[in-house]
Amino acid sequence: MKIKKGISLIDQHDKNFLYGGKFGGNFIPETLKKPIDDLTKLFAKLRKDKKFLKERDYYFKNYVGAPTPFIKLENLTRHLGGAQIYAKVVSEANGGAHKIYNATVHCLIAKKAGKKYIVGDTGAGYAGKMLSMAAKKFGLKCKIFMGAKDIKRQRPNVEAMRKNGATIVPVTSGSQTLVDAVSECMRYWVSNCEHVHNCIGSTVGPNIFIKICAWSTAQISRELILQIKEEFGRIPKKMKLLNCVGGGSSAMGFWNEFMDTDAELVGIEAGGPKNSKLHAAPLTNGSKIGILHGAAQYVVQDKEGQIGSTESISAGLDYPGISPLHCFLKDAKRARYTSASDEEALKAYRLVSKLENISPSLEPSHAFSEAIRLAPKLKSSDVIIVNSCGDSLKDKDIIKKRLGSYVR
Amino acid sequence: MKSKITLAFEKCKEEKRPALITYIVAGDNNEKNSLKILNAISKHADICELGIGHNCPVADGYQIQNSSYRALRNGITLKATFNIAKKFKKNSPNKPLILMGYYNLIYQMGEDSFLKNCKTSGVDGLIVVDLPFPENKKFAKKCKRKSINFIQLLSPTTSKLRMKKIITQSHDMSYYISMVSTTGGKLKVSPKKILQNYDKIKKLNRKKNLVIGFGITNKTISSLKRADGLVVGSQLCKAITDSIRKKQNPVKKLNKLVYSLKRKIA
Repeated sequence: MKIKKGISLIDQHDKNFLYGGKFGGNFIPETLKKPIDDLTKLFAKLRKDKKFLKERDYYFKNYVGAPTPFIKLENLTRHLGGAQIYAKVVSEANGGAHKIYNATVHCLIAKKAGKKYIVGDTGAGYAGKMLSMAAKKFGLKCKIFMGAKDIKRQRPNVEAMRKNGATIVPVTSGSQTLVDAVSECMRYWVSNCEHVHNCIGSTVGPNIFIKICAWSTAQISRELILQIKEEFGRIPKKMKLLNCVGGGSSAMGFWNEFMDTDAELVGIEAGGPKNSKLHAAPLTNGSKIGILHGAAQYVVQDKEGQIGSTESISAGLDYPGISPLHCFLKDAKRARYTSASDEEALKAYRLVSKLENISPSLEPSHAFSEAIRLAPKLKSSDVIIVNSCGDSLKDKDIIKKRLGSYVR
Repeated sequence: MKSKITLAFEKCKEEKRPALITYIVAGDNNEKNSLKILNAISKHADICELGIGHNCPVADGYQIQNSSYRALRNGITLKATFNIAKKFKKNSPNKPLILMGYYNLIYQMGEDSFLKNCKTSGVDGLIVVDLPFPENKKFAKKCKRKSINFIQLLSPTTSKLRMKKIITQSHDMSYYISMVSTTGGKLKVSPKKILQNYDKIKKLNRKKNLVIGFGITNKTISSLKRADGLVVGSQLCKAITDSIRKKQNPVKKLNKLVYSLKRKIA
């Protein structure tokens, strides 16, 4: 399995929409064939349409707030000794996380498709919060599906969604987390696809949703590659791009422009509580390929194919599957994947927010944990860049409970 | 040789009525009862569908989800599902049995090994909810080679061109989804409109058997009775749920319900 150079990763699929001949595809009920086909055609047209691109860039700049900062973490670098550590502070984007890119693009597409309603799923609540924000901005009615367990543990984002006028549908089936929210949202779309636009919140699901999402978050690396050249004059020879992966949308956006460079791409999955057998790390732990939410991917499952339970302190990473694009990158050996436990993420959160002027949410804290582990073993000529893709505010209850206090 | 599914439709046509097709989830509410229910209702049904429980059923509404979760909680496995099928077919060798499920379970067992299990347990047909045309072409061919019917699905969103291609590739039975919905939704389209779409598909090839499913209950079934066959699923699943809640015998309750469904179209 090989990644082709010079072709956008999202377009490296065969006629059955499979990456590397086995990841992704469209395993969908017949009813969704047409809406997905329509959306596929519309997106193919729009991404070549100069007017649409101009519109996207306009909103990315004036609404999302591009570019987000790229900063050196001087104190952390000094504290650890070794590699120079930088952060792309994507959490500075409007709303506090990378999910705003996908949400904005989906709203623009929904408008072009003449749809007045938009629905979406959410885990950490960021995808939902951003979709509700963007829907309000673009005058669309919005419904968000969220696991009942996540509604409890991500209160600040739930409040934000309500303020934006979105209807929140609590999902009480199964594990009551992201996996069930995605299922329920898909069911709603199956029943209402004629009038409703669906925004899957990450690079998962039927192929077109993976494409739209990765195409949207790619803004992160378009900015970053310029910022790196400005900082270093060129792309550093030994550079690692660290990103947490749940569904994988922020990592895809963070890495996209660096596919054909020498940059080392490292994805950090949610290892779950220490000493627990439950995790949300299908790539690290060698899960088998299975079908989840319309796509073939490595997925936590049992022998017969029932989707497995996962556990993570971070609602945004608490998902048994992983983007087919990451499966492709793993098997083609273009990226490598590891995991961090809940405790490691909390420790990383504490250190980074103590030393630096940023406060990463528990999702990117998984990536920071790997940076903290690696940096001391490397030389000062090595560069580590972490995508700080979410803000900790949404996690204040969990952090307070686990660490005793929450200080930004 | 004609398949048992074809023979069932021929018999119904002779009797000038649609085929009654029932759906329950294997292992609902447990392995033993589910076989008993299947044996009981097959006396009135012409074709029986048996759902393979899955814990991530994206196309199923509340009732069937409920049944799937309940069956899984009570320990149903794919192996046990084949066991139920085998025991049922031993008892009623001529009653067509169709397994319905999601592709991941077939994928994990391996297509060939799955079909081998179907064959040894006497399964007559398969419906795979999330393996649409044309992605299902290869698997459908494999089924045909084993004389197992692969049942294609069509929906109100299926384009005319697709309908043509699907019907051309179809085996002895195709399944028209009555409305844009998951299973068990309230019938939000008039029976007249459903039959109009049904006629559109039938016109492509009158010889091919076409059944209608989704949203059909004992209230709506008679208004659709000129179809080749009608599928009732969610109402049966709901009846199992109700009988458990009211501490009634699900076997008796389902037997009565399917009998009344049959009376409405006979």
